[in-house]
This record gives sequence, C-alpha cells and structure tokens, in this order.
Amino acid sequence: MIEMQDVYKTYPNGVMALNGINVRIKQGEFVYVVGPSGAGKSTFIKMMYREEKPTSGSIMINGVNLAKLKDSKVPLLRRHIGVVFQDFKLLPKLTVYENVAFALEVIEESPKNIKKRVMEVLDLVGLKNKARFYPDELSGGEQQRVSIARSIVNSPKIVIADEPTGNLDPDTSWGIMDLFEEINNRGTTVVMATHNREIVNSIKKRVIAIENGKIVRDEAKGEYGYDS
Amino acid sequence: MTVNTLKRHLRESIKSLGRNGWMTFASISAVTVTLLLVGVFLIVMLNMNNFAKKIESDVEIRVHIDVTATPKDKEALKAQIEAIPEVKEITYSSKEEELKNLIKSFGEEGSSFKLFEQDNPLSDVYVVKTAKPTDTIKVAKKIETFKFAHKVKYGQGQVEKLFKTLKVARNIGLGLILGLLFTAMFLISNTIKITIFARRKEIEIMRLVGATNGFIRWPFFLEGLWLGLLGAVIPITLLLFSYYNLYTFLEPKLTNPFLQLLPFSPFAWQVAAILVALGACIGVWGSMVSVRRFLKV
Ligand SMILES: Nc1ncnc2c1ncn2[C@@H]1O[C@H](COP(=O)(O)OP(=O)(O)O)[C@@H](O)[C@H]1O
Ligand SMILES: [Mg+2]
Repeated sequence: MIEMQDVYKTYPNGVMALNGINVRIKQGEFVYVVGPSGAGKSTFIKMMYREEKPTSGSIMINGVNLAKLKDSKVPLLRRHIGVVFQDFKLLPKLTVYENVAFALEVIEESPKNIKKRVMEVLDLVGLKNKARFYPDELSGGEQQRVSIARSIVNSPKIVIADEPTGNLDPDTSWGIMDLFEEINNRGTTVVMATHNREIVNSIKKRVIAIENGKIVRDEAKGEYGYDS
Repeated sequence: MTVNTLKRHLRESIKSLGRNGWMTFASISAVTVTLLLVGVFLIVMLNMNNFAKKIESDVEIRVHIDVTATPKDKEALKAQIEAIPEVKEITYSSKEEELKNLIKSFGEEGSSFKLFEQDNPLSDVYVVKTAKPTDTIKVAKKIETFKFAHKVKYGQGQVEKLFKTLKVARNIGLGLILGLLFTAMFLISNTIKITIFARRKEIEIMRLVGATNGFIRWPFFLEGLWLGLLGAVIPITLLLFSYYNLYTFLEPKLTNPFLQLLPFSPFAWQVAAILVALGACIGVWGSMVSVRRFLKV
C-alpha cells in the first residue's frame, strides 16, 4: 500500500515539481502515470523509492513514512521496491547473469539461492540462454528484460518504472508490457510512468494524470487522454 | 558480514582490477613512480642521517686541567662536570697518555716528540661527551666557568658549522619527501577523478538495489589496497636488488669509519616495509576519497 498526503516538492533551484499530491495505491494495483513532459511524473516516482525527499507531506509505504526515513534506512526500503528505467541502468562490464545476481549479493543472499533465483527470473523474462552475454551484445528490448529481471529478483512487493518503453520500438514494447502484466498478476504492485498512448489505451488499467505537479485525473481503466 | 559476502567483496575487487583495464594500469603506475622516488629518497636520507649521527657522536669536549690543580681539586672539577645534566660520559686522560696519543698520531715523525717525555708540556685532560651532540657548545661554555678548567676545547667554529649543515641537509631531505608525497597524492587523486565517471553508474546502481554504504565501500577499499600493493612490487624489487648490489660492491671499499652504508639487512627490509605500507595507504586513501562523494544521499 502506497499513500501520499499533501506531498509538495520544490527542488533547490526553485522549481516546484509536485504541488499537493494526494493518492492511494493498493497492494496489487497496476497504475499508469501520464502527463506532459515536465509535469512531475519522474519526481512523483522518485518520491516512492526515496531518491528525492518531499519538501512537505507524507509518503507511507507499507506503514513506513518515507518523508521521515533516515538515510541509513534507505537501502532497506529499496530491497522491497524494484525500479526500472528508460535507460536500463545495466553495468556494461558485467554479464546478464552478474547484473541480476548483483541485487541479491547486495542483500547477502547465499550463493546457492542466488544461482537458483537468478536463473528463475532469467527464465521468466526469456533470457535464460543469454545469461553469459554482456549488455552490449543484446538488443534494447533484451536489455530492458535484464533490468526487469534485476528489479524483481528479490521478490519486491512494488515495482516502479519510469518510461520503461521510452527507448524501445513498438513491437518490443508490447513484449515488455506482457512482462509487467505477468509480474502484476503475481500480486506485485506496478506503478509506471509512460508516454505510450497505444499501450495505455489497449491494456486498460488505472490512469493517474499529472499536470504542473498536480493530479488532474485519476480513473480506473482510464484513457491516455493526450494527443501524442 | 558473512563469509560469503567477504568472499564476494574479494572476488569483485580483483575482477574489477581487470575490468577497469587501463585505469588500473594508470593507478598502479602512479603508485609505482611515487614509491620508487620515495624509496630512493628514503635510502639516501637514512644513510645520510646515519653518517651525520656518526660524525655528531664523535664530537667531544676536551677540558685541560690547570697544572696547579691538586688531585683533590681534580676530583672536585670532575664532580662539578658530572653534575651537569646533559653530560653523558667523562673520562680522564693524564698528560702522559695525551703525549703518547700525540706521538702515535704523528706516526714515524712522532718519535721526535720523545724528547718531551722527561719534561711534558701538555696538561691532564677530561674528555666529556654529552648525551645529545647538539648540547656540546652549551656544556663547554658552562665548564669554562669552572675553577681549574684551564682551557676548554671542542672544535670551536667547526662544530657549529657541522651542526648547521646537518640541520639544513635534514630539512631539505624532509621537504623533498613531503613534496614528493604531495605530488603523489595529486597524481593519484587525478587518476581517480577519471575513474569516477565510470564508477558513478556502478555506485548509483548498487544504491538502487539496496546496498548499504558499508557494502558499497568494501570492494573499493580492497581494490585500492590491491592497487597500492601492486604498485609497490616493482619499486621494492628494484630497490632491494640495487641496494644489495650497491652494498656488496661499496662496503669493502669504504674504510672511513664515518662513511659506512647501513647494512642491507635489516635496513633494506625496513625500507621495503615502509614502501608496502605507504603503497597500501595511498591506494586505499585514493579509492576511499573517490567513493565518498557518491555516498552522500
Ligand atoms: N533534480 C532536479 N533539480 C531541479 N529541477 C528538477 C530536477 N528534476 C526535475 N526538475 C524539474 O521539475 C519539473 C518536473 O520534472 P519531472 O518530474 O522530471 O517531470 P516529467 O518526468 O513529468 O517529465 C521539471 O520542470 C524539471 O525541470
Ligand atoms: Mg520523466
């Protein structure tokens, strides 16, 4: 369960990116976050994994207030939240396997479990046979699959994604969306900022539209609602 | 931390050396050059210091006892001198012994002094040594004021000059070593600045998946350690080898008792240990500085 109350965010340069956000996302929901560029979607997402702190307001995730969370506790929070980005954020000098195993090594999982779990998620994203490849030997879509595998390898309750299909061609994007649906079907909350009109309009989910740092629309099975 | 995690850190830090290819090479080179220079300097400096100490410790005060002094007066003078806290050692040398030494120091020609054996013009002497050679002048001045201290000699002028020269030489040496270390730090921190860009992503991702700062630091700490230790290999090998050869070559030729090289063992091993420690410190320091700025939330 994610709950934001009166969240405001002003960056040090004076830009007011979030302007009074109130929202509640239940466990197991699938939510699109849409809106024009510069509206505050990324800032909204960053609030949820404590990449940025709100200037005021509270953000409760499973009973913990991120606005008050100590810096030293942030790593623990991140172990329960998977994050996926437009630019994949893979380490170029690690293999597919190593990139995914990384997330488990960090939480001091035993090598035996690491191996088992990594192969499981690579199987899920369809890259079991490319475990030894390096990121630059993969297509964009495959790289995004690796990054998704990494985000779910420690079985988080929540996966958040900032324009995960932003760098991919339409065909590849559909495949990635299938993966997110699969993850969501297993009970994981998915929050995804996106500019992809076709996807939002065909895979119908809850849509939260943000403009100028405010939620202007919040509909179950909503439409994308913008022209481009 | 579990054993598996420690193993993971060790494995990662070693793999990372390979992955960062030429940056690893650049960092090791920086450490190598630094330690080579510091090593040569240490060897020169410590040997110089050794000569200096030998020369210094040879400085003595010769107190000529007044001819009119009775044995009792001599005892009193001795007690007075011994009472000076800086004095370490006092030995008596009679005028007969003095003459013998004088004759001996002149070798063949010394025999002409034999005439004086009947009517010895020299005085009895107290030879005084101070605990710290630099106290010589002060102590000599004090003894001059004592009764029956007829003449006090300590190589006036020369001793002052010697001490001054040694002091300057030591300060120059120390300055050069400090300058060298400073240059090294600059060199290494610059090398590391270049690696930061590549590493920023790595640290960012580690934090994203929930690594604690301590966890992130470990592999970098170890990597810095390896860089420093690897950087010490060539300088140490080279210095041990060269010093061994220099020592075995020069040792038999150096007959002057002051001009002696410090023996290969343990001296060269001590320098090697200092270089290893310095290498490790420089490496760890460098990599810790580079991670620190990315660990601020
Ligand atoms: N780190 C930052 N520092 C200052 N301003 C920022 C920062 N990140 C985003 N902004 C500003 O905040 C506003 C919202 O940005 P963002 O949340 O990235 O929007 P979106 O993801 O919807 O495009 C924009 O005006 C942007 O310029
Ligand atoms: Mg954005």
